[in-house]
Amino acid sequence: MTAPAPPADVPARPSASAQRLIATLGGFGALAGLLIVSVFVVTQPTIRANKAAALAAAISEVLAAPDRYDTLYVTADALTRELPSGANAETAEAVYLGWRGEAPVGFAVVANGSGFQDNIRLIFGYDVSSAQLLGMLVLESKETPGLGDKIYKDAEFVAQFSQVHAPLVGVKEGQGNGLPTELVMITGATISSRAVIKAINATLERVGPLLAAYDVQEPRP
Amino acid sequence: MSPAKKPPPSQELIKGIWRENPVLVQLLGLCPALAVTNSVANSIAMSGAVLFVLLGSSLLVSSIKRIVPTDVRISTYILIIATFVTIADMILEASVPAVHKELGAFVALIVVNCIILGRQEAFASKNSVGRSLLDAVGMSIGFTLTMVLMGTVREVLGNGTFLGYSVLGPNYEPWVIMILPPGGFLTLGVILLVFSWVKRRSAARDKVASSIGGPAVQEAA
Amino acid sequence: MGDLVWILVSAAVVNNFTLALFLGLCPFLGVSGKVETAVRMGIANIFVMVLTALAVWVLNTFVLTAAPFLRIIAFIIVIASLVQIVEMAIKKLSPALFRALGIFLPLITTNCAILGLAIFSTNRGYGLVEGLFFAVGAGIGLTIALVLMASIRENLEPADVPDFAQNMGLVLILAGALSLAFMGFAGLFSAA
Repeated sequence: MTAPAPPADVPARPSASAQRLIATLGGFGALAGLLIVSVFVVTQPTIRANKAAALAAAISEVLAAPDRYDTLYVTADALTRELPSGANAETAEAVYLGWRGEAPVGFAVVANGSGFQDNIRLIFGYDVSSAQLLGMLVLESKETPGLGDKIYKDAEFVAQFSQVHAPLVGVKEGQGNGLPTELVMITGATISSRAVIKAINATLERVGPLLAAYDVQEPRP
Repeated sequence: MSPAKKPPPSQELIKGIWRENPVLVQLLGLCPALAVTNSVANSIAMSGAVLFVLLGSSLLVSSIKRIVPTDVRISTYILIIATFVTIADMILEASVPAVHKELGAFVALIVVNCIILGRQEAFASKNSVGRSLLDAVGMSIGFTLTMVLMGTVREVLGNGTFLGYSVLGPNYEPWVIMILPPGGFLTLGVILLVFSWVKRRSAARDKVASSIGGPAVQEAA
Repeated sequence: MGDLVWILVSAAVVNNFTLALFLGLCPFLGVSGKVETAVRMGIANIFVMVLTALAVWVLNTFVLTAAPFLRIIAFIIVIASLVQIVEMAIKKLSPALFRALGIFLPLITTNCAILGLAIFSTNRGYGLVEGLFFAVGAGIGLTIALVLMASIRENLEPADVPDFAQNMGLVLILAGALSLAFMGFAGLFSAA
């Protein structure tokens, strides 16, 4: 049985020396690195700007259009203006304090919770003194289209988050006593609605005391 | 052994569209075909990314085929493909962040998309730059057509829209299942069945046509 | 602890890697003809996934913070090397195991499930333990999907399937039905 002939248009190559193998891979590795770094340098500013714009838009929506906002990092015992040592700016947990002129508007806080299908990520506005929510925006969700996705598509549901007080209590349509902490859940999507409520309540339980303790009148550098 | 006669260049371009369609015939690249075809916009964006990576990789691999030792060729191809995928990922994130978010990890997964590596190994490493480019373009066109077909079916039936524009009117109750994972499997499955049925019909018809004039043989259609 | 269990169960059934996230379709369609091969492919996958989760954590923590743009290249190189090393190790340590599993290992390198695991794990910010639970859950999910499909296909063999349907089209429609069934797991652990 004869071995199959190599394709005639590719010259038969003798087995290359180890040096040649390493040189080839190394050479291409360097070329690859160079290409990637150049594209990285060109695109990073745009990517950062996009992310900042998206964040600003989200904060603007849940805090009713503040002029500007401070980024405050969450540590175990307080909110700090400076990034805690060793933390990564992109992944450190932060809340955002909105300002209109010289008056603080409220905090924008990001919350995560397990929904019906997968994780739900949202941002909500919160006024510490009155314990009232100022708005809610769903950032990421994989809930069922047509049912669970009403948590961001149903305008009436979302509008409740501009008036309800913490801690949130979910009630079904038609039930409830008219208390300011009550939130009417979406019929047919109670699990997704409850996920939103739980996420907000859990975050407020953890971060709330830090928000309350933060001195907004602290002189800014 | 005389070298096999090379088909005309136009053949290299056309074969990727129907006869050797990467998704429908070769059954490669199914992960993105199912995952991102829940809307036509996503299908087009993914096809664009694949075109970029395939063109770039084929161009580079075909240009360097003589200087790469056989032992490291797969590693080199993967390195090249990974480079182009990284670049495509960054460009998408900078220019269309919303689409990039929808495509998610599947842009990065183009690296292991069998279409790309398959074309490098089977074609670009053995043919001239010109032919390899034609092959890449043809395969990409075939891929794009399949993706857009699936995206259209899934978006129109599952959302009532095409590219975001409502096409079935406000009273259409969308078949939500189509934009969910089962819908992806079902759509591609049905398309493959139709494809196979059409092929058999035309093959049977060819058989009947060629048997006329010879001994009369009735082929079951 | 509840979080970790959720990560595992979610990856295994609620957001099954193959039936909901569309990863690992090459083995799913190619190797699901017989239950025995499906089980072996599944186990090989779980093995590689756990090692990958470890490697990904090491990469993310110590190497990639300085150069995030090298992520894709680094992952694929590490995965390819890992599979190669695992194959050699199994060959030496247990020829019997190699005979059973070995042929599937190279197939795993270009399997989107492994790279998909690495990328999802990174995007969700999983640490070491979470990443490992995720890997085990994903591997189990992949195995479940493979074995289910294999048993269905084995049972279909004597069935009278029309000529034109005796191909991947039928398998994909079956997969659609399985995927639909698995959607029933959504809402697991959620109180109504």
